[in-house]
Amino acid sequence: MSEAPTHAPQPDSKAEISRRDLFAKIGMMLNGLAVVVLATPVVGYLLAPILRGERGQYQRWVSLGDLDEFPEGQTRLAQFRNPISNAWDGDTDKIPCWVRRLTGEQFQVFAINCAHLGCPVRWFPQSGLFMCPCHGGVYYQDGSRASGPPPRGLFQYSYKVEDGKLMIEAGQIPTLSTTASLQTRSGGCQG
Amino acid sequence: MSRLKQIGNWFEQRLQIAGVIRETATHPVPRQSASWWYVFGSAALTIFILQVFTGIMLALIYVPSAGEAWNSLQYLNHDVTLGWFLRGVHGWGSNFMVAVVLIHMAQVFLFGAYKFPRELTWILGVFLLLMTLGMAFTGQVLRFDQDAYWGLGIGVAIMGRVPILGASLVHLLLGGPIIAGDTLSRFFALHVFVIPGLLIGFVSLHLLMVLKLGINEWPMPGRIVRRSTYVQEYHEMAHRDGVPFVPDAVWKDMFFSAAIIVSVMACAAYFGPFGPSGYPDPTIVQTIPKPDFFFLWIYAMLALLPPQMETAILLIAPVVVLGFLILLPFLSGEGEKSWKRRPIAVVTVLLIAVALGTFTKLATYSPWSPVMDGWSGDPVPVEYLNGRSPLERQGALVFQVKQCRNCHSIGDSGGKRGPALDTIATTLTRDQLVRQVIQGGGNMPAYGKNLNPAEVTALVSFLETLHLPGRPPARDAAQATVTKQENSPPASNR
Ligand code: HEC
Repeated sequence: MSEAPTHAPQPDSKAEISRRDLFAKIGMMLNGLAVVVLATPVVGYLLAPILRGERGQYQRWVSLGDLDEFPEGQTRLAQFRNPISNAWDGDTDKIPCWVRRLTGEQFQVFAINCAHLGCPVRWFPQSGLFMCPCHGGVYYQDGSRASGPPPRGLFQYSYKVEDGKLMIEAGQIPTLSTTASLQTRSGGCQG
Repeated sequence: MSRLKQIGNWFEQRLQIAGVIRETATHPVPRQSASWWYVFGSAALTIFILQVFTGIMLALIYVPSAGEAWNSLQYLNHDVTLGWFLRGVHGWGSNFMVAVVLIHMAQVFLFGAYKFPRELTWILGVFLLLMTLGMAFTGQVLRFDQDAYWGLGIGVAIMGRVPILGASLVHLLLGGPIIAGDTLSRFFALHVFVIPGLLIGFVSLHLLMVLKLGINEWPMPGRIVRRSTYVQEYHEMAHRDGVPFVPDAVWKDMFFSAAIIVSVMACAAYFGPFGPSGYPDPTIVQTIPKPDFFFLWIYAMLALLPPQMETAILLIAPVVVLGFLILLPFLSGEGEKSWKRRPIAVVTVLLIAVALGTFTKLATYSPWSPVMDGWSGDPVPVEYLNGRSPLERQGALVFQVKQCRNCHSIGDSGGKRGPALDTIATTLTRDQLVRQVIQGGGNMPAYGKNLNPAEVTALVSFLETLHLPGRPPARDAAQATVTKQENSPPASNR
């Protein structure tokens, strides 16, 4: 500032704060306050997907269809519309899964995603194996890990039978840390 | 002419910029730095500008919606005049940009340019590399085809391995519970606003520093960098034995940049645009996802890392590598610049190049992946069936139907997950074959529960016929001794 030499207080006199200094500081604080007030909703907006997940809002019961679409002793590809979806999702909210009907109302419903890195596993009824096209993970028909890099068996959905329909609790992509909400009935996932 | 000059003066009076431009253009650079080795930085900038330009062109048509993105790319490819070409230039430009940035980085490293006083220039460069890779990855997502969908799936699965924060990171990355509309929208924002904005800022700073600190001099073995004397030495070098950047050095930059742009356009015209591959519908499970070229090495490493250490390596290695790159100028900020006196630096660059090249090469044919139609695609070749007994032929059928060939080749067709079995009977005895089939082991699943005894017998009989024409099948050594003592014909191994 050009007027500094004439008006500025002595630099070493610390006790004295000029009016301008004070106003400048208050001005800065006001802006800081405004930023904080603005940032709070922005952060909330950005973290919304996390918070919704933590409140368990992604999980719903969805129907996979009539029981008789799944013959006993067979494993079939089924699909459902993700409970949370938008009109502009295209077909990405159509989620596939493998349904194995053991007997009667005994089922296993496997996520399509390989437990290694999420690629879509394919069922081979002749050899009773699920194989993953990405890195060579293989699972047995009960979903347990057979060979390759997967650290565990296939992810499973919890299910129930209601009004002759097979229902599963679904809603989010399963990974090693988003499995908790896809509880397996037996508690263990390796089986 | 004088009219032009008048207009020029009018602007200059207001902008007062001519001096800066002249100074920048003619700033002296050390004579030897006006070299073909120093053209990669400017080439990277040129491609970046090309990417911004072609990116804006594509944004005129592209629809960043999970439901429509794929269709809008088909429209660009097939219906919009020269849309395919602009997609091609943008896609190939991306590959060229990653390549040029990597070469630039290797050159700068080998020429010791990261040393005092250019530490910050280097660190900004490290972030520029990250952002370039970030652009390449987010760009692949915007292509929103099956590769993009499942590639995101891999990213999500890696995030899911982070302890404690895993679930949060997954949801943050996806913008929701699954890969869907919100995911594409946020990757669009990253690819079009966030990262390019950062890139422009960082590139400007990076360039400003190159101008302020001067381009790195040509390193001479024995010319040591010292903090106390370097700045003055450089100043003398640039002024005493320097040449003006324009025109003495700049023509090489211009030639190279032009060559790069022509190459990008040639690739785009000849090879065309990348994809999009299949329509992004996750219920189409008949898909074999593959990442783009510059991420193939990661794809390979994910298959080859030992599973027990995988998570640790995945999460720790990037931090270590990044940390090392950032700390590098502080670890060796002084000393020799010439690569002739820095053997470790040279070996490191070579090792990394060879490793990346090998992983990339492996990933192009990914031997670790079962061939999903290996069992249904090719029949067992006839020469493996000629003169075989009915039981053995029965075994060949079992071999085919049980998907053994998804992982094993015979007659050069089939998967490479397990060893080729053309001559397996030469090395394994009947008992060993039975054990391998029933119990599996290594990366092979156990077939015990999925084969009945009759199938096993047939299968193993067939496998036993797989040996070299002149060589007898392998026999159990202990049994062989017994049979010899009994003076039986050695061919029998029952
Ligand atoms: C998922 C892939 C996969 C499938 C399917 C598979 N194998 Fe294997 N197989 C392997 C791997 C990997 C090895 C190597 C095991 C090791 O490293 O110990 C192997 C090893 C073998 C070996 C021993 C090879 C040697 O040189 O030691 C035989 C024999 C064999 N498999 C036969 C079969 C037969 C028969 C079938 C079908 C019933 C079959 N495999 C199905 C992956 C597979």
